[in-house]
Amino acid sequence: MDSWLQSLQDTAIATAIREGASLFPWVECVHVLALTLVIGSIAIVDCRLLGLTSRDRSVARTTASTLPVTWSAFVVAAVTGGLLFSSNATTYAHNSYFQAKLLLIALAGVNMGAYHVFLGRRADAWHTPALTPVRARIVGAISLGLWIAIAACGRWIGFTISAPT
Amino acid sequence: MHSLDSFCTWLAATPLSQTVQTVEWIIPAVQTVHILAVAAVMTSVLMIDLRLLGLGARDQTVAAVTRRFWPFVWWPLPVLLATGATLIVAEPARALENPVFILKMGLLLAAAGVTLACEIPLRRNGAFWELSAGRRRAARLIASTSLPLWVAVIFAGRWIAYVQGA
Repeated sequence: MDSWLQSLQDTAIATAIREGASLFPWVECVHVLALTLVIGSIAIVDCRLLGLTSRDRSVARTTASTLPVTWSAFVVAAVTGGLLFSSNATTYAHNSYFQAKLLLIALAGVNMGAYHVFLGRRADAWHTPALTPVRARIVGAISLGLWIAIAACGRWIGFTISAPT
Repeated sequence: MHSLDSFCTWLAATPLSQTVQTVEWIIPAVQTVHILAVAAVMTSVLMIDLRLLGLGARDQTVAAVTRRFWPFVWWPLPVLLATGATLIVAEPARALENPVFILKMGLLLAAAGVTLACEIPLRRNGAFWELSAGRRRAARLIASTSLPLWVAVIFAGRWIAYVQGA
């Protein structure tokens, strides 16, 4: 594992990000922009599931307008996150906040998948402008909590690794 | 800039600043709240701008989309000011003597100004930006100016950490 991380860290692009004066901050800027859009667009759906906002609009329609933002921003966040990781792969891989962040992102994915498989097919919960069933509200609350924790882990990585904060 | 120097030194020595500096979890926690509030503003601006540009939520009127998202452009602002102020109290010179911080505040004023220019006519008439071809063009211009400005605010925010104060 460590030798694989080391060879990732030794690639030309990882070296350029690590040693360049301004590449790391620029990649980080794009990462921050992308993650604000990932979390913000997911929060729109979560708040709808919780019945806090957009009550006059069905969950399906709310999701249809946010999902393209969520996915495109997620791809950008994952690519830029991967680039930042590569620049110091061996250090990040051993950072507990980094490990926690990846685990929480995986859990958020499972939560979203479970919602679509078990609840998303229920037409009443999905297509009508009304309060969602309790199970859907629980999914929304879990998702919101997970993404807040993911943002926090991301910030704590910066404070537990020697880099500008 | 002698008086600003001494103000920063004084602020950094206050008990409040000392507390924020020494209790390790405060700064990352405050930055997390700051970023979450940025997420609310940025996503709301994007949803409104995408609608103005005719790229998203076209099953809803501009008025409906803006009514839905305006609150989330403006109400995170007090949170952003409070968390931002806490970060300044923790390290006054890192922000106040940093050209990128001044740039960020300028960009913020410009972004807020453009966003208000879009919102104020809508308050009087929800269909304002849809009444004529000229207004639709103006709305698209406003949307395509507002997005890069808010993005620049975020980028400048991150660059504060990488540029040394004067």
